[in-house]
Amino acid sequence: MKLTLKVWRQKNNADKGGFVSYPIDGISTDMSFLEMLDVLNEELTEKGEDPVHFDHDCREGICGMCSLYINGKPHGPQQTTTCQLHMRSFSDGDTITIEPWRAAAFPVVKDLVVDRSAFDRIIQSGGYVSVNTGGVPDANEIPIPKTIADEAFDAATCIGCGACVAACKNASAMLFTSAKISQLAMLPQGKVERKARAEKMIAQMDAEGFGACTNTGACSAECPKGISLTNIARMNREYFSAVMSSENV
Amino acid sequence: MSWVTKTLSSTLGRKLIMALTGLFLILFLTGHVSGNLLLFKGDGGEAFNIYAKFMTTNPAVKILSYLTYISVIGHVIYAIILGRKNKAARPIGYEESKSSTNSTTASRNMGVLGTIILIFLVVHMQSFWYQMHWGDLPLVEYDGETYKDLFSIVTFAFQNELMVAGYVIAMGFLAFHLSHGFASAFQTLGLNHKKYTPAIQAVGKFYAVIVPILFALMPLYIYFTS
Repeated sequence: MKLTLKVWRQKNNADKGGFVSYPIDGISTDMSFLEMLDVLNEELTEKGEDPVHFDHDCREGICGMCSLYINGKPHGPQQTTTCQLHMRSFSDGDTITIEPWRAAAFPVVKDLVVDRSAFDRIIQSGGYVSVNTGGVPDANEIPIPKTIADEAFDAATCIGCGACVAACKNASAMLFTSAKISQLAMLPQGKVERKARAEKMIAQMDAEGFGACTNTGACSAECPKGISLTNIARMNREYFSAVMSSENV
Repeated sequence: MSWVTKTLSSTLGRKLIMALTGLFLILFLTGHVSGNLLLFKGDGGEAFNIYAKFMTTNPAVKILSYLTYISVIGHVIYAIILGRKNKAARPIGYEESKSSTNSTTASRNMGVLGTIILIFLVVHMQSFWYQMHWGDLPLVEYDGETYKDLFSIVTFAFQNELMVAGYVIAMGFLAFHLSHGFASAFQTLGLNHKKYTPAIQAVGKFYAVIVPILFALMPLYIYFTS
């Protein structure tokens, strides 16, 4: 395959940045999108140029590290992670536009790498179960109906990649935050702290400068894990009931 | 900050205000369209004028009308506040965006649609609401009681093609706004469940079509019959 890559280049956060076009040849349709970028970077390195910086880690679609806004969609044309996107999704001669996630809460570090630690701070504010002490509990000591376990697990499949924020016209983090609130709110272990959790995580989400939800559904449509909008409704219920009944006056 | 102000200044609190005021305005629209169906009665406006007097003098209706004004103002103010926050959340936009593949046009343009509806509302209130309250209206008498003849003002206004066209087009924008707003308000309230969400969505789509059509038929009916 012969392609033209229109890549966002930005030296650092203070730099204005801009698009640079790179022609690339000899790309196999079996390559993943990241492997295609590896080829580009090898060529750039050989020429003595600065390689294109992009985030990646497991390359198995489970870590949530890869990002990239490809041809107008987060993670590109397929509903998957960029590492699981293959070049067969493109045609020979295509021009591919590659941009970083765009959100005030996700500042660009360099080129296509953005700082997603805003998500970490939302988790740190309450997305956990505080203390487990004593011996290892027996399996099935606390019975949880299969349907509830499944629903909590569906929410827990969120890998925190930030595609929801990237896709949302308001750069809202509600799908992410709602998945993290939901996975714990549905389980007995998480229910103990549910009120404080909802209040703290939403306060942190607001403080990070994410936008509000317009219920367009773009987040869920682009989520590589298919996290459902029902989680956002659940988060809203959790929050409204928490502010009405928590001890936090 | 007290817990109330803190809640209402959070993103979710502001969304709650948008949803509640929006739902109240949907209730208002339902009442407004039902009452105005009297325009189709063909009795020279008698029933409509009696209804108009009731709507401007009845104390219970007064309370509802003040709630409606508050809802309109609240809906607009919070839309501006949220809109600014949303804009600030993405200072640099994308070079290329295929948002039409993941969301509806109406859902992405609620602010634009709302602004057009607001402009329409100002013109609409100036034409009829202001006239009914403070304008110099001709008077009519039914069974010995005097009524303001709002019907004559309405029929006169809709002799004008531009006015009729403007109203019909504005109702098109209202339809798009409602097509997203109706179900979206329930989602914001946290009411999303497989048992009733499909019903809410279906009712929302039906409502977004039927109410604007009924409203749009009023100027068209008057234009073509008088």
